[in-house]
Amino acid sequence: MNIHEYQGKEIFRSMGVAVPNGTVAYTPEEAVDAAKTLESDVYVVKAQIHAGGRGKAGGVKIAKSIDEVREYAKELLGEVLVTHQTGPEGKEVKRLLIEEGCDIQNEFYVGFVVDRLTDRVVLMGSEEGGTEIEEVAAETPEKIFRETIDPVLGLMPYQAKRLAFNMNIPKESVNKAAKLMLSLYNVFIEKDCSVVEINPLVTTGDGDALALDAKVNFDDNALFRNKDILEMRDIDEEDPKEIEASKYDLSYVALDGNIGCMVNGAGLAMATMDTIHHFGGEPANFLDVGGGATTEKVTEAFKIILGDEGVQGILVNIFGGIMRCDVIAEGVVEAVKNIGLDIPLVVRLEGTNVDDGKAILNESDFDIIPANTMAEGAQKIIEAVNQNN
Amino acid sequence: MGVFIDKNTKVLVQGITGSTALFHTKQMLDYGTQIVAGVTPGKGGQEVEGVPVFNTVEEAKAETGATVSVVYVPAPFAADSIIESADAELDMAICITEHIPVIDMVKVKRYLEDKKTRLVGPNCPGVITADECKIGIMPGYIHKKGHVGVVSRSGTLTYEAVHQLTQAGIGQTTAVGIGGDPVNGTDFIDALNAFNDDPETEAVVMIGEIGGTAEEEAAEWVKENMDKPVVGFIGGVTAPPGKRMGHAGAIISGGKGTAEEKIKTMNECGIETADTPSEIGQTLIDRIQKEDGLYEKCLTVK
Repeated sequence: MNIHEYQGKEIFRSMGVAVPNGTVAYTPEEAVDAAKTLESDVYVVKAQIHAGGRGKAGGVKIAKSIDEVREYAKELLGEVLVTHQTGPEGKEVKRLLIEEGCDIQNEFYVGFVVDRLTDRVVLMGSEEGGTEIEEVAAETPEKIFRETIDPVLGLMPYQAKRLAFNMNIPKESVNKAAKLMLSLYNVFIEKDCSVVEINPLVTTGDGDALALDAKVNFDDNALFRNKDILEMRDIDEEDPKEIEASKYDLSYVALDGNIGCMVNGAGLAMATMDTIHHFGGEPANFLDVGGGATTEKVTEAFKIILGDEGVQGILVNIFGGIMRCDVIAEGVVEAVKNIGLDIPLVVRLEGTNVDDGKAILNESDFDIIPANTMAEGAQKIIEAVNQNN
Repeated sequence: MGVFIDKNTKVLVQGITGSTALFHTKQMLDYGTQIVAGVTPGKGGQEVEGVPVFNTVEEAKAETGATVSVVYVPAPFAADSIIESADAELDMAICITEHIPVIDMVKVKRYLEDKKTRLVGPNCPGVITADECKIGIMPGYIHKKGHVGVVSRSGTLTYEAVHQLTQAGIGQTTAVGIGGDPVNGTDFIDALNAFNDDPETEAVVMIGEIGGTAEEEAAEWVKENMDKPVVGFIGGVTAPPGKRMGHAGAIISGGKGTAEEKIKTMNECGIETADTPSEIGQTLIDRIQKEDGLYEKCLTVK
């Protein structure tokens, strides 16, 4: 799960990570009120959307007066920002962060992630702050330093300081930067984050070290024990079909193609997309109905697939292990009966009770095209869709 | 024979009184697996499906001689259960549970470092040695005894591959589901190493997916160490970067973990890959036909 920068900074502030003072605003009036509470001559008006690259897209403004804060707030609220992470459709700005300006001397990068190679949390740092860390990793990997953290000990002070020195943080700010990293590690562990990135972390003229940005992602599997985080969810920032799918415990990702897919198992679902692509088609989605699919789940899955206007045909690919093919077949027939279907449907069933499942599909009044293998299913649905076009 | 488990393996089920665990306990017993104990704290003394239930793993092991645990405990408590099985010095813990918080798994892996217990999973279908012992949730009937080992990050894709092999007359030794999470126990190299040492296994199918670099490392290992043919498949060629494809570990991030890169490395290391999942079985057959008499030897299913 993602949150906004201002929410990340609220968490940081509450757990001892130094951040500039600032408040969220939903209207220009609120932006002005927020600015008036700040003891500063310079204000930063920052668009709050769940995507990086806001600065380059014009979503961050420096205001030198309260009037300028009002003007920038009017300009940004309601604007659609297009960054390299939003896709071409962009995202509408509905919230702003009004923050005090600060005297930036240097910009750095620090981030925590779970490293799959070592199975540990790793702290990364670089003096190349402000730029995309992927670019730094690709062009000057020697400028990225890492500290691997023992989960029994947690991040040790010497590690944080070693990283700070390696990153060339000015001597007078090393202790403050190290304290910031130690507090940030506590955030990562206590709130079950999957990624915490500060880009940039800045040092100021009077020796402070501050988190000027906050990119925080949480481990969805740990939200059950982080109810406070769950309350920060902003569903305006998420795909409505993905939200609908998650209600029914379906795993759904929207894609750009025209062939809807319904599959059991994540690996098989990915492989089904690949197979469609291999035979010249384009999948409209990834959809894993999971191991315990019921008629209700299958019906909801169909509704979600059909909710995508680009879908011109559906491929159902099920390898029934513990899940029986006859149950799936009944679910498919029932779903088609309930919602009506005027586009081609190819069903490939394999596994437990496959003959019963195929019999149920054959005996139904609906025009369901059977397939014996995944490859055959993909070819048949592509052919059927092409015939209609 | 086969790897990790066989007909003599004594199994205990952690979380046995839950509905999913009960269902699968019955399936495993029907397959012939020796389920000797169950563990649910507070339900010690009961019996389910003819299996005695104990309060702790330690007690269950002492009373029954179980050496392998299969974990069906719900995600919030699953890490605790894995650590309990390691503390009781079991040989292996196979964790079926999905959605375990990754920080919990980081702690589990740290705890296991100096323990004898092998972890398989989490978020995996389990391990099956054909016609001997089934531990997990896979459909038993598709697996037939033979000489091909299977190791996979994906459950249903494993079934797909095994089914194709069986249909083509090619039996298997053991199928190992290593799971789709970013932090897991047994990895590709562990399983490949075991298959390399197993006298019954003559060839191996490895099935990977996008995310991480485990397949690349395994491919390099195969090139250096493996003296048996290996073929593979990678799911997720069409997955867009930054989108998590169901499995917690299946995500292309920071330009790393793409299917193209994995396939390229595997091919360079002598691992032929199937273009579509429907061709996994045929890819293996094509490969073993290049070795004198190997295809005939692997044709074990009547």
